[in-house]
Amino acid sequence: MKLFRMLGRSIRDAIKSVIRNFSLSLASISCITITLIIVAVAIMASYNVQNFTKEIEKDMTIVAFLDNDATEEDVKEVEKTIKSISNVDKYTYQTKQEVKEKMQAESDVFDTVLKNWSDEESPLKDTIQVKVKDVQKLSNTAEKIQKIDKVAVVRYGSGMVDKMIAAFNQVEKITYGIVIALIIVTVFLIINTIKLTISARRREIGIMRLVGASNFTIKTPFIIEGMILGIFGSIVPILITMYGYTAFYKHFDGYLYSQLIQLIKPEPFIYQVSLAVIVIGIIVGMIGSASAVRKYLKV
Amino acid sequence: MSDLIRLKNVEKRYKNGVTAIYDLNLAIEKGSFVFIIGGSGSGKSTLIKMLYREEKPTKGQVIVGGLDVAKLKNSKVYKLRRKLGIVFQDYRLLPKQTVYENVAFALECIGEKKDVIRIKVLKALEDVGLKNKVHEYPDKLSGGEQQRVAIARAIVNEPKLLLCDEPTGNLDPDMSMEIMKVLEDINKRRGTTIVMATHDKEIVNKMKKQVITLKEGHLVKFKQKGKYEDEAI
Ligand SMILES: Nc1ncnc2c1ncn2[C@@H]1O[C@H](COP(=O)(O)OP(=O)(O)OP(=O)(O)O)[C@@H](O)[C@H]1O
Ligand SMILES: [Mg+2]
Repeated sequence: MKLFRMLGRSIRDAIKSVIRNFSLSLASISCITITLIIVAVAIMASYNVQNFTKEIEKDMTIVAFLDNDATEEDVKEVEKTIKSISNVDKYTYQTKQEVKEKMQAESDVFDTVLKNWSDEESPLKDTIQVKVKDVQKLSNTAEKIQKIDKVAVVRYGSGMVDKMIAAFNQVEKITYGIVIALIIVTVFLIINTIKLTISARRREIGIMRLVGASNFTIKTPFIIEGMILGIFGSIVPILITMYGYTAFYKHFDGYLYSQLIQLIKPEPFIYQVSLAVIVIGIIVGMIGSASAVRKYLKV
Repeated sequence: MSDLIRLKNVEKRYKNGVTAIYDLNLAIEKGSFVFIIGGSGSGKSTLIKMLYREEKPTKGQVIVGGLDVAKLKNSKVYKLRRKLGIVFQDYRLLPKQTVYENVAFALECIGEKKDVIRIKVLKALEDVGLKNKVHEYPDKLSGGEQQRVAIARAIVNEPKLLLCDEPTGNLDPDMSMEIMKVLEDINKRRGTTIVMATHDKEIVNKMKKQVITLKEGHLVKFKQKGKYEDEAI
């Protein structure tokens, strides 16, 4: 009960301060807003990229074609070597007979063509299909497999996807940098906003100390003021997330570049992102106000 | 063990090297009314500040209401402050709040319930004779009235000890006597121990209370029913 009363008081005081220091509060809120918009867009982009690369990665397989004269022993040897490569997740061996049956089952056209070939003429080879753990090292792993004795050719998922993922990773890193820089500026602005509130309320704080207010009671309104700045700052980013992403999704019908890139469905995605945005806003606000309190309110 | 305040070999040396109090030994009984007198710079304010832990003694022991004040951590000072009230020369009121709000503030800060606050605030304002000024703002009041608001705020939580540092310093003799009557009343009716630092010769002589005389940081006299003795200062 007592705690609730004190919190109620703190919230009231905090809102009063935000209104009293309107211009600096607005500057802090705007800065938080800009930061959080970028954070929200970055989160949404990054999750979408992760989502569709995962989809693509599922299909990314290295296929090693073995020499026609490879004996059973050779195959065992190749399998052993492949197994020893650290990036290899799992592999399956298929004889050309199995490959043929699989292809025949898949389509009628293949069926007719393949039926007319004898075993001697067949261009099919025994294959080992390899799944890797880290797709970024796909080409490197493929090279290693290529070098194994009795391995004729190696094929793997298109290089474009590889490069795209690398590019997204680059963009992600740059975004992190920008977000961190913006958060630093934001925290700095919040510290100054709270500093102003503290100096405006010096007299009151002095009296609070005299009459025996605990440190918690003295500090809390300022911490809450920081949190309120964070909450106000996350309103616009949340609106952008909720309405912006939904509109974006509808506009493209859920796919980018025809069917290649599938977007994440807005629900519940936008709520999760909004929650993340407001939590980050509150945390940034609290970091700012807590450092101001530590620096300017010697308790 | 009816001492509310006990000082043992207390020394206060400020960081700039000035020693404000030398080897002070003192005991103040519960319920007493004590003046601290002495010339300017004799250490009166320093002594009061050590009692509410605004300053820490550099040597010795200060006990107030059973609390070893010097050993109190910064984060626990509020426990001491809740046991005492403090009044200054400059009132220290919040100008944008009414008389009622100023007094209630002391209780809100320690998380008191609204209805309890109401009862206690009105009682305190009645005790200082300001029941008819409850909704006025401080700048509409005379100096004496403002000081009575400050006294009401200091006693609203029913402390055992009331510390006053020159409470009449800004007031003319008539208003000063008014304040003294209020303080004497609080001392008698509530049993609150009062320790008051003052320059005012006339007040000390009229009230005939205990008097502690300081001179350049040394205790020179502690008399029951004392007078303001110029030669000692
Ligand atoms: N914060 C401080 N830092 C350094 N020296 C101080 C401080 N406060 C007081 N002093 C010094 O300590 C001595 C005692 O000061 P104090 O304020 O206790 O005297 P006082 O008796 O209250 O004087 P007055 O009657 O003028 O109020 C003085 O020499 C003063 O200069
Ligand atoms: Mg003084």
